[in-house]
Amino acid sequence: MELNLWAVVAVLLVAFATFYIGFRSSRLASTTPDFLVARRTVRSSRNAAAVSGEYLSAASFLGVAGLVLKDGADALWYPIGFTAGYLALMVFVAAPLRRSGAYTLPDFCEARLGSKALRGLSTVFVVFIGMLYLVPQLQGAGLTVARILPFPPWIGSVLVAAVVIVNVFGGGMRAITVVQAFQYWLKLFAIAAPTFVMCALFFGNGGLATTTTGLTEPLPPTFTEAVAIDVQTPVVLQVKEHTWLSAEGVIDDRPAHGSTFWAPGEYSVGAGTRLNFFEGSSVPVVAGAPADNESWLRPVAGTSDMFLTYSLILATFLGTMGLPHVLVRFYTNPDGRAARRTTLHVLLLLSLFYLFPVLIGALSRLYVPELLVTGRTDLAVLALPSKIAPGVLGQILGAVTAAGAFAAFLSTSSGLVVSVAGVLSTDMLPGRVRDFRYATAIAGVVPLALSIILRPTDLSLTVGMSFALAASTFAPVLLLGIWWRRLTWVGAAAGIVVGGALVLAALVVNTVSNYTGDWAWSVLSQPAIITVPVAFLTVIVVSKATQRTLPPDVNRIRLRMHAPDRLGFIRDRDIARFGTAEERARLANGRHRQ
Amino acid sequence: MSRHAAGPGRGEPATFEESPTKPRRKRVVLADSRAPVTVLRTAMELEEQTSYGEELVRQFIRVQLKAGAKLWGLGVLFLAALPAAFHFLPHLAELSFAGVRLPWIVLGILPYPLLFGIGYLYNAIAERNERDFVDMVEK
Repeated sequence: MELNLWAVVAVLLVAFATFYIGFRSSRLASTTPDFLVARRTVRSSRNAAAVSGEYLSAASFLGVAGLVLKDGADALWYPIGFTAGYLALMVFVAAPLRRSGAYTLPDFCEARLGSKALRGLSTVFVVFIGMLYLVPQLQGAGLTVARILPFPPWIGSVLVAAVVIVNVFGGGMRAITVVQAFQYWLKLFAIAAPTFVMCALFFGNGGLATTTTGLTEPLPPTFTEAVAIDVQTPVVLQVKEHTWLSAEGVIDDRPAHGSTFWAPGEYSVGAGTRLNFFEGSSVPVVAGAPADNESWLRPVAGTSDMFLTYSLILATFLGTMGLPHVLVRFYTNPDGRAARRTTLHVLLLLSLFYLFPVLIGALSRLYVPELLVTGRTDLAVLALPSKIAPGVLGQILGAVTAAGAFAAFLSTSSGLVVSVAGVLSTDMLPGRVRDFRYATAIAGVVPLALSIILRPTDLSLTVGMSFALAASTFAPVLLLGIWWRRLTWVGAAAGIVVGGALVLAALVVNTVSNYTGDWAWSVLSQPAIITVPVAFLTVIVVSKATQRTLPPDVNRIRLRMHAPDRLGFIRDRDIARFGTAEERARLANGRHRQ
Repeated sequence: MSRHAAGPGRGEPATFEESPTKPRRKRVVLADSRAPVTVLRTAMELEEQTSYGEELVRQFIRVQLKAGAKLWGLGVLFLAALPAAFHFLPHLAELSFAGVRLPWIVLGILPYPLLFGIGYLYNAIAERNERDFVDMVEK
């Protein structure tokens, strides 16, 4: 891809706007509650934009369109699950979690179950999940920048990490709330505007009638022009129709030079191979993805597909509530009612956003099928504009989507750094503002180093996998902790350990099998359908067996979590621990900010 | 928040003209009689964890959980039925409206208004339950 100056300017503008907004809001931040939970004064409309801004990571902005391009109708379950997770969060978690008065997820565990040991365990898991999320964000940012500038990928990672660390350092939650709200609207614009223009161009050119292979035909997609593809990582391609091409490199472990003929079948292409396809020839697709358009359009092919879809549904519907960096935003609401309204608002904002990546994914099937050959389908959002509208218009649209992708990396990384820094500073350090700043440096620099050292393929923790991890660890603890009186800390700890260990084992087995010939059971790539029920069962059985460790004040805590805000039972634990004497006195009076 | 509104900060005591000879008189206010004083027997019961108070809270939690579980279950049941429906009735996937295949309408657009609608309804019900509970406690 040629140097797109528009995109360079757009990305720099986003970086600067992010820094400036964060800097302006930082001036208001001075105390620990400011840094941890923005003093719990964020109104629900702004908080909802911030939650959505943080949640729409690269996996949503780039990934959903790529998955639709590759997997078709089955991929539609990802955006559904990402949104539906908030319904469960709203119905079962939002208001009681806020009323518990906790300021981090480990703090909630201690508030509800009164155990320092459980607090420590969940601290480890929060930091672990946060780091696992941050590394791919930083690597993704590096790859995006490397696409528009002739720089090595680490420059993009460093740029994102620097902007995020400076913002969080200056104002913590206070600073990033405004930044994330701004970035939601930026991302919505950056995906909606290009989609509208591209759809107008598509239908203006004659729509589906002009395409060589319609989306409903049982044929593979075809190249719209002659393309040369450089295969960077070894890939197995499935070919559906006789194809002539010229190749330089290694095919099926034999050197290939010049003109080659591919009969239907599977071919393994080595790294560094260059494939030249002619205009109008059919597109080979990465093995495992639907090869022709007719099966691409259809949801669910076969029983194992259906099994995987259900597993994904379970992971995403329950996983959202277990993501620490999502929950951290809910502590910033003034009260429980506002937390519930925030979530309702989030449902609206996400529904609006997810209509667009699906359209882009479908258009990409027609215009950039070459991404199917390399498997880098997550580049669809960035590559489509210049294909559909050559010239300056395409470059500008490409710049807008690149800016949106960059905003996605920034806002998600900010949320992750704040949530990890909040936990580190209050659980490992004494929790002063100074400690929060030390923790920010750790939470930003360690993942940055990891993201530069590790190759992107080393961390194959896919989106689905991280939701499975959240759904099998924190989701049972939250759901049962809020609604089931007899939960004990031993049960909760057992659930986190068992659920977490099962998901990580599935991840390891799956990665090993990917390198040694794909022998693993396909459910291991999305293990939620097994790990989530097991985690819930473990929590329930172990809790029932350890009823003597039931916290003595369980009724008082349940009253606090569920009593309507007007009765004034909320006790903000951050004020109790870090507030001034005057704030603490006001808290003891049972009054809180309305 | 009327019940805690009474406090020393409100109703500044009338001070006499500053004079160097007379010692300043100060009115000590224990409780401002102008603030509405409501004895909230039920609220006290909640706070003091009497068996009656505990039973009230338990009932309220059950009501909220039931309302939420019903609505959420309804939405999830509908969505979870879709993969099975497309698997066992494959001809459903071939229907199309205005040139768009049925699965793409049902999976690409329909779930979002459904999810928001359920959320909206739940929010209204949960807030009504809370109002009822507060009214009962403060009556």
